[in-house]
Amino acid sequence: MGSIELVGIVSMAVAGLTIAIGTIAPALGEARALDRALNSMAQQPDMSNTITRTLFVGLAMVESTAIYCLVVALILIFANPFWNHVVAAAGG
Amino acid sequence: MPFGPDSVVLWAWGPVRVNLTLAGTWVLMVVLVTGSWLVTRRISADVEPSRWQLLLELVVEQMREQVREAGAKDPDPYLAFVGTLFLFIAGASVLGIVPGYTPPTASLSTTAALAATVFLAIPAFAVMARGWREYLRDYVRPTPLMLPFHVVGELSRTLALAVRLFGNIMSGQLIAAIIVSVVPFLFPAVLQGFGLLIGLIQAYVFGMLALVYVLSAVRTHAAERPVEPPHVNNVLDTE
Repeated sequence: MGSIELVGIVSMAVAGLTIAIGTIAPALGEARALDRALNSMAQQPDMSNTITRTLFVGLAMVESTAIYCLVVALILIFANPFWNHVVAAAGG
Repeated sequence: MPFGPDSVVLWAWGPVRVNLTLAGTWVLMVVLVTGSWLVTRRISADVEPSRWQLLLELVVEQMREQVREAGAKDPDPYLAFVGTLFLFIAGASVLGIVPGYTPPTASLSTTAALAATVFLAIPAFAVMARGWREYLRDYVRPTPLMLPFHVVGELSRTLALAVRLFGNIMSGQLIAAIIVSVVPFLFPAVLQGFGLLIGLIQAYVFGMLALVYVLSAVRTHAAERPVEPPHVNNVLDTE
C-alpha cells in the first residue's frame, strides 16, 4: 500500500471518527441544558425571556466544541495539507 | 469543491483580487447603508410614521432593550458597536436566501476580522471606563499566577468567536450544496429556512457574547456587580 492510499484512508476514517465521537459530549450537554431550561420555564414562566436568552448564549458556547470537530473534519476532507503534499509528490 | 467563498475570484487585476467574500460584504454594506439612509432621510415625529421608520425604530429599540437587560445601565455607548455587529451578521444571513448570494460570514477571514474587532474593543471600552491601571490590574487578580490564564482566555475566546460563526454559517452553505445535488426538490428550501434560523441565532449570539465580554471588562471587579441580572454573568464566569 502506497503512502497515497494510506493518507486517504486515514484522513477519511479520522474525519468520520472526529464527528462521530466529538459530537457525543456536546449533544448530551446541550440536551441537559435544554432540559433544565424547560423545567425552569415551566416553574417560572415570568422569567422565560431571561432563561431563553441565557440558554441561547450557553448553547452556542457548548456547541462551539462540536463546531471545532466539524471544522477539523472539513479540513481533513476538503483542505487536507498531507493529501495535497502526497499528491504533489506523486504527481511530480 | 471550493472551500468557502474566499476561493471564488470574481475579478482580478494584478495583485488586486475581488473574491466572493469581498463582493458579498460590499453588497451588504450598500444594502444596510442605503437602506437606513433612505429611511432616516424623511424621519418624522408624526403620530403615524412611515412603515420603514417604524421597522427601524423597532429594531433599534429592541437592541437597546437587550443591551440594557444584559446589565448596562446606559446602553448607548455599546449600542453602536454591538448593534453594528448584530446587524451585519443578521443582514448577511437574511441576504443569504437570495439566490446567488453567499453570506460573507461563511468565510473565516470575515469572521476572524469581526472577532478581532471584539478583541480590540474589550480593552478599548475598559480603558475608557476605568483607565489603564485598573484595566491592567485585572490581569493579576486574584494573584499574579493567574496572568497566563487570563491571557490565554482572552485569545481563546476570540478564536472561539471566529470559528463558531464561521463553522455554523459555512456548514449550512456546504450542507445545502450537498443536499441540492442529492435531493434537488423541495428539501433544499426547508434547509434554507433552517439555515436562516441558525444565521439569526448566531448573529444574536455573536452580538450578545461581544456585549458580555465588553461589559465584564468594563465592570469594576466584584464591588458593583449588578444584583438585578446575574444570568449573563454566570455564563461568563464559566468560560
